[in-house]
Order: sequence, then structure tokens, then C-alpha cells
Amino acid sequence: MENFEPVIIAFCCHYCAYTAADMAGSQRLPYPANVKIIRIPCSGKVDALHIIKAFENGADGVYVAGCLEGDCHFKNGNEKAARRITYVRNYLEEIGIESERLMMVTMSAGMGYRFAQTATEITEKIRKLGPSPIKIAIAQ
Amino acid sequence: MITAERKPLDELIEYVKPFKRILLLGCNECVTVCAAGGRKEVGLLASGLQMALLKSGSNIEIQQHTLERQCDPEYVEELVPMIDGTEAILSMACGCGVQQLAMRFKNLPVFPALNTKFMGASERQGVWAERCQGCGDCVLGITGGICPIARCAKQLMNGPCGGSTTGKCEISEDVDCVWQLIWDRLKSLGQEDRYVDIMPAKDWRSGGGSGPRKIIREDLAE
Ligand code: SF4
Ligand code: SF4
Repeated sequence: MENFEPVIIAFCCHYCAYTAADMAGSQRLPYPANVKIIRIPCSGKVDALHIIKAFENGADGVYVAGCLEGDCHFKNGNEKAARRITYVRNYLEEIGIESERLMMVTMSAGMGYRFAQTATEITEKIRKLGPSPIKIAIAQ
Repeated sequence: MITAERKPLDELIEYVKPFKRILLLGCNECVTVCAAGGRKEVGLLASGLQMALLKSGSNIEIQQHTLERQCDPEYVEELVPMIDGTEAILSMACGCGVQQLAMRFKNLPVFPALNTKFMGASERQGVWAERCQGCGDCVLGITGGICPIARCAKQLMNGPCGGSTTGKCEISEDVDCVWQLIWDRLKSLGQEDRYVDIMPAKDWRSGGGSGPRKIIREDLAE
């Protein structure tokens, strides 16, 4: 696939990463338009099914952005999310999708710069990995 | 509850590969509680199968449905109107559910998506442990409510064996010696005398030793 532009889904916790995205916006910090943000009430609320469906529908990469360690608005949703990510990564490998396409990141609401930087780094990482094998299979 | 775990995806793909249209069927009871075969797991497996098959160049239509219970004929009957055109069923229930389907739909191949494990209880979120082996003649009333059949590696009726060390079973440091647990519990209940009684050798006929078991309630049976 020439001129590959990855589609990346970012599940962002309302109390940190989503607010950080807002902050990035008001600080006029650019980040790639490849990243599609879905606001969630807590990173712990992201279900394995949401992630798998994203890949089934053509996402090249997915990340869940939760609060910093020990800082979860709901006590430990971010820890639960991290364990779920590990579980889904194993499932992705079983399916035949590189597990590196799924990531967990953490940040605080004030980290606009970190949000933009993370979005850029992840977009570059997925660009290097190329289109998801599912996208390739659909195109064939 | 009956506990189960999903089979590896590769094994399931081998089952469903020859078909064009399958029904992936969950069960709303035990396997939902142990997060192996409920509605959510049906969705996850359907997507996973779909993607894995797509990668290998095949395309199967996967219809998803979850029954209240797969082990009861009245619920299985609900499938009749929706089964037209289905070439095979992949069941996410325990082995009882799978067999109920196989009995009902004589011409449809039925495959298990799960490995049924044991009758167990939830120790904490996400952890299930074996608690009962359905021996048909429960001794919990004598053993302080702790089962030596399901939880002693040797199923000793008068334990512990010589391998019990500091409360752990000789098979692994991670496994409690059930006879230690029984003794501790009898002691705290002030029932130490129970422990001294020798339990007679168990009659395993009630536990499946004389073939498949059945319960017939004359007042209910039709
Ligand atoms: S088929 Fe019956 S026994 Fe098996 S999981 Fe479902 S409800 Fe439980
Ligand atoms: S004694 Fe028999 S019926 Fe009672 S819990 Fe143990 S295996 Fe189950």
C-alpha cells in the first residue's frame, strides 16, 4: 500500500489524556490527524471487545491512554486497563496481528506536550509497521 | 458453577474452516460468570475468528447468539427458527450444552469452543478453583465443609498423607493440604472428635463408578 496513512484509535480517559489532548489544542501543539480519539470515562472501562472491534474495522494501531500510576480517578482503573491490554495483546498474536499494534500509555491532564508527543511517536511506530494484516486481507 | 476456558484459536479454525456459515452460540449461565462463553466472549471470538480466517483467505459468515442456558431443551428449541442455512454450530457452553445441541440437531455438526474444566467457586475476581467432583454422597458435613475429594490430590478420606508439610500439599507449595484445612476448621469449630473417626472406604458407585448417572424426579418427570 503506497502512501500509507495509518488509522490509529486512541481510547482516552476523560480525567487525563482527553483533557491533555484539549491542553495540546489550546497550546497549539500539533499532533497527527491519524489519531482518532474516543473519550472514555476511565481507561479501565475499555473492553477487550472495543479494541478487537477497532482492529476488525481496519485500525492499524490502538492505544489506551490512562492516568499516571497511582493517579487514577477511580482508584485503579489504569492498572486494570494495563492487565487487559496484556490479555488482548496475547489474543492479537493468536489471531495473527502483531501485538505491538496495541499499547497502553499514561499521562496527566496537564501534559499537553506529552499527549502530542505520544500521538506522534505512536503514529510513526505504526507507519513503520505498515498496514495491519487485516486491512491488507480486506483489500485483497 | 461449571468452569471452562476457550480452546486455542488454531483448533477452532480447523473445526469451522470447511463451512460457509456457522452459528457461534454462547450460554448465559456458568460460562458467562467465568468469562469463557457469555455474550461478550461470543463477540470476541467471532471477531477473532473472522480476522484470522480473513488472513488465510477464507470468509465464513458467523452468526452470533447466546442462549439463556444451553443445557435445557426449552432454550435450545429457540434456535429452530434461526438455524436455517447454518452449516455447523460452534458452542461456547460447557460440554453439557454442546451435547444438548448435538442431541437436538441430528444433521448439524456441533463443535466445542471451550475446554470444560471443573465444578468450582470464585476465589476472587478472575480466579476460579475446583471445589466439588460430584461424588454423589457428600461428606462435607463430616469434614468441616471442605471437600477432600476435589481438593486432595490423592482423594484421601482419612488424611493427611505423609507429604503434607507446613500446611502445603506435596504436589506443590502453591496447593494447600486440604486435610490441614479440614483439621484447622474442625478445631475452630470445636469438632476435633470428628477428625478421629475413621471414614470407611468410599463407595464410588454414586460417583459415576457404575456408569453414567441420572436423576429422575418422579413428581416432575414427564
Ligand atoms: S450449558 Fe448449562 S451447565 Fe453448561 S455453562 Fe451453560 S448453564 Fe452452565
Ligand atoms: S464430598 Fe462429594 S459432593 Fe461433597 S463437595 Fe466433595 S465431591 Fe462434591
